[in-house]
Amino acid sequence: MISGFFIFNQKGEVLISRLYRTDLKRSIADVFRIQVVSNSDVRSPIITLGSTSFFHVRANNLYIVAVTKCNANAALVFEFCYRFITIAKSYFGKVDEEAVKNNFVLIYELIDEIIDFGYPQNSEADTLKTYITTESVVSSSIAAEESSKITTQATGSTNWRRGDVKYKKNEAFVDVVETVNLSMSAKGTILRADVDGHIMMRAYLSGTPECKFGLNDKLVIDKSERGASDAVELDDCRFHQCVRLDEFDSDRTISFVPPDGEFELMRYRSTTNVKLPLKVMPTVTEIGTTQVSYVVTVKTNFNNKLSATNVVVRIPTPLNTTSVDCKVALGKAKYVPAENVVVWKQVSSFAVSLLPYSCVPPVTRIPRIQGGQEVTFSGTAQLTSTTHRQVWARPPIDVDFQVLMFTASGLIVRFLKVFEKSNYHSVKWVRYLTKASGTYQIRVSGRLFFNQYHVEYGWLTSHFLMKF
Amino acid sequence: MSGQGGQDAKFFQRGKIQEFRAELEAAETKDKKFTKRKTVLKKIVANITMGNDMSPLFTDVVQCLGTPLLEIKKMVYLFLVCYGRQKADQLHLVIESFLQDCNDRNPLVRALAIRTMSYIPTPVVIEALTDQLRHCLRDRDPYVRKTAAICVAKLYAADPRKAEKGGFVEMLRDLLLDSNATVVANAVAALSEIGDRQDGVIFKLNLTVANKLLTALGESSEWGTIYILDSLLRYVPEKHEDAEMIAERVIVQLNHANSAVVLTAIKILLYLMNYMDNRKLMEYICRKMGPPLVTLLSSGPEVQYVALRNILLIIQRRPAVLKNDVKVFFCKYNDPIYVKLAKLEIMYRLAREENAREVLAELQEYASEVDIDFVRKAVRSIGRLAIKVQPAADACIQALLDLIDTKVSYVVQEAVIVIKDVFRRYPGKYEGIIPTLCQHLDLLDEPESKAAMIWIIGQFANRIDNADELMDDLTYTFLEEPTEVQLALLTAAVKLFIYKPHSDTTKALVHKVLKWTTEEVDNPDLRDRGFMYWRMLAINPTVAGEIVLAEKPAITTDADRMDRGALDQLLLHTGTLGSIYHKNPETFIRGATGKALTDSPALNPLSRQVLVPIARTNLPPTTINVPGPGPPEPSRAPGQAATGDLLQTDAPPPQNGASADLTGAFFRAPASDPYAALDAAFGGYMADEPRPQNKDLLDMI
Repeated sequence: MISGFFIFNQKGEVLISRLYRTDLKRSIADVFRIQVVSNSDVRSPIITLGSTSFFHVRANNLYIVAVTKCNANAALVFEFCYRFITIAKSYFGKVDEEAVKNNFVLIYELIDEIIDFGYPQNSEADTLKTYITTESVVSSSIAAEESSKITTQATGSTNWRRGDVKYKKNEAFVDVVETVNLSMSAKGTILRADVDGHIMMRAYLSGTPECKFGLNDKLVIDKSERGASDAVELDDCRFHQCVRLDEFDSDRTISFVPPDGEFELMRYRSTTNVKLPLKVMPTVTEIGTTQVSYVVTVKTNFNNKLSATNVVVRIPTPLNTTSVDCKVALGKAKYVPAENVVVWKQVSSFAVSLLPYSCVPPVTRIPRIQGGQEVTFSGTAQLTSTTHRQVWARPPIDVDFQVLMFTASGLIVRFLKVFEKSNYHSVKWVRYLTKASGTYQIRVSGRLFFNQYHVEYGWLTSHFLMKF
Repeated sequence: MSGQGGQDAKFFQRGKIQEFRAELEAAETKDKKFTKRKTVLKKIVANITMGNDMSPLFTDVVQCLGTPLLEIKKMVYLFLVCYGRQKADQLHLVIESFLQDCNDRNPLVRALAIRTMSYIPTPVVIEALTDQLRHCLRDRDPYVRKTAAICVAKLYAADPRKAEKGGFVEMLRDLLLDSNATVVANAVAALSEIGDRQDGVIFKLNLTVANKLLTALGESSEWGTIYILDSLLRYVPEKHEDAEMIAERVIVQLNHANSAVVLTAIKILLYLMNYMDNRKLMEYICRKMGPPLVTLLSSGPEVQYVALRNILLIIQRRPAVLKNDVKVFFCKYNDPIYVKLAKLEIMYRLAREENAREVLAELQEYASEVDIDFVRKAVRSIGRLAIKVQPAADACIQALLDLIDTKVSYVVQEAVIVIKDVFRRYPGKYEGIIPTLCQHLDLLDEPESKAAMIWIIGQFANRIDNADELMDDLTYTFLEEPTEVQLALLTAAVKLFIYKPHSDTTKALVHKVLKWTTEEVDNPDLRDRGFMYWRMLAINPTVAGEIVLAEKPAITTDADRMDRGALDQLLLHTGTLGSIYHKNPETFIRGATGKALTDSPALNPLSRQVLVPIARTNLPPTTINVPGPGPPEPSRAPGQAATGDLLQTDAPPPQNGASADLTGAFFRAPASDPYAALDAAFGGYMADEPRPQNKDLLDMI
């Protein structure tokens, strides 16, 4: 199991270093620094040198690192690293060098608690917060009875929830967030279209509430069992550890005692009947060797009461592009030479993501693409002509967007029932969001090979010397 | 409770021992809320983190233990965990305080005390710990018991015989029946750790205990679930029904959000399937495993990578699991390179006639990306696809020709390498493209591609009009070429001569090459082969021709599938490092124990037939076996270690160094690794496989 846990900053400085076993020395950190942090071409999240393996996960400007000397369960090690990040977020709001340095003593306390001898232990932030706090605690002041309550909870069957939660108003918010993965060929054939769904829940419920949750799903595996026509086929679903898996397995009910506050209740995947919210039609033409012209049309594919917001279209340009003249009717388009793309986005003067939990978002004046609307970008890239021919990798056109109150899979929350022994009334809200960020990709046509500017180092230096 | 309150960054500054000592002394007075002490201790912890040796402050820091502030106690304990072993002679100073905490009313404090003590495996502390631990294993508080369970594993690591004599292993076994699931899970984890040691107590499960553990699953935390599931490998079903019953209870866990739970559940299911008979149930399990495996691909890239490497193994053993899912393995443009490479391999494995067109289109797409390794692998995959799926061969060859047309050096080289194999797979079908290949001779500057091209020229010298000219050019630099190319040149020259025995050029050429290889080259392989050809040609050129140009067996893709027995064994490591490198852990991790299917009446006959027993690395047991007082320090004298490890890398085994050079013996035992030969099984296709690096000097750090 895990022999050591480290956090490094971008420079390779050690911010946290904890050894759990005597088979490692602190200086092992130097090896990681040399092998990974100062290596510009790291090609694996796991590096094994001799019997020592380094697992690392990047978080902002940090490296979260676990070191093992045995045939460790790699999935467990990475899940633990992810969990550490989640806990740190929950404690400090963010996970970066500043947050780690500002809270290093607390982090040492936490990692002493959540790993013992390399074995991950209870790591539910909600429970941890009851006894590992940012405030100083006088040891005698924790009453023994109070502690017993904590320990019972930390080891109990609902170790993710405190027993004494109280709210004046009992509310539960459910967010269905779907990420659409699209890969479309230049000819418009869908190579891959599927949905990664997350159901996030924020439960502000008193006591120990028993929840039952229903969707319009039918598992593909058991097609024959149900035949409801509006049912959505989910390829797979995975649940937070609070959900009773045996009940789900036997009769498909999702029942659980939720953790207090925010958590991911469920993750699912759907590949059938995916409704693509945006249709993107690119035409890229090479004009001689010095110009490439683009016409990119984006059309929304949902009813006109809804709209796509935060739309950003990234159109890649050849590496030897000098300028692009952009024409758009909606939003703004700009050539970004550093990234070799034209970024076309809908200008929004204020944030759009916070909308009420009512059914249809109100129409505001923020530029957005309405349902049924079609917008077009056209432009021409000017290229420098060079003698050296090199392949341009032709990255795909990438579209980011958000559509509220729309699910690409067609999933709907049927019910959320809350039972608690005090029988209080609870209010439940549901919100839907379909989005894409870096996952909605349309390949560019043609098997084009562009000339690339071949920069010789010597020339570059002399050029700069002249300039300054 | 403030969420983001920490303001400790200012303590991250290098400080001097004397200053800290003075500050600690100053803090003994006028420090009502202990803020002064807290500040100094934080500075000290920060300095430990930065790698400054704070051990000289031992006695000063220990003084702070009297402070009734939990935060301070924890910092002192952290200090003790760091320097305790180093300052073993002064540890008696803290025993008193430890013992007091072990009997504190607060369970959190009791657990903290034994947890910390067991991190300092020195005789003094262990002596004090054993009594306390015995109490704590029976503590009324589950939190203390679950901590104590892990402490037993620590104690065992420090002093196995003491732990056994003290009856701690039996106490751990009792905890398997504890009423609290977390305690059960930790007891399982501790017992498994002990059972995995080469000198450890054997840990096996019978049906009753296995069932009891499965019941605890319902109440376990996610980590506990993993420990318990993992331990089920220690249960050997005697009857098909037992295996089936347990599998049915494990299937539920496939819906767990934690990917490690999912992969461990899959490991157990794959294991149990070896002991099953019910076809229908097995098919059902296979169908159930597919979707969760695909869902793992929506996790973070690191978990995706683990999943992909495992999927590659699983689909070789149970092709039904993902047979219709090739599309989900198509690469996204922004996938990390390690994910892309792993996906590519799976795409190839899942390619069949029905999906070959889509797969080929993808591969062509990848062949124009930026990352050179990825592009090369894509190009090779196109060739392998041609070899694997006959109906797609035409399209694949066309794709390769298009790629050659780009004249990008590494693309052309990869294409040439695979085309050589395509020729061998489909003799007489694609030789028409040889002229195109010959046009790009100048681009070949790597040994493998050059050798491939030379093989093609030699093999088809009768169809290439200017073969003698080409060969003449190629041999121009013969003596500077790497051995691989020299060997190819030699054989090709001989073939050319056999095809065209009457040409003066070929005669001169073969003579020249044979003379070089036998007189000027030092490589014994090359020289021997040279002599062999020379004699064959001298004795009977006709027979030589028949031998050299004998019909070769057509290449197939059978060779790139792992052997069934080896797979069965490797799948017992699903989700672990071994499954990522596709190597049994005992072949690359010192002290790791191998796993093998255990024979039982329920084991299915084929599995039994191909059963690979655990490869016993003929090692003397590692250092830990020495019974006696004191913690065994894993580090050896640096001088000794260094020589031992240098030996291991390239020198032949030392005659009498068996005991001095454990690692050497370890890594020289590839014969015990059933996959050792796989690297070469299918040309260099495995060249970009992830693999552990054999830099064992590291283990000394």
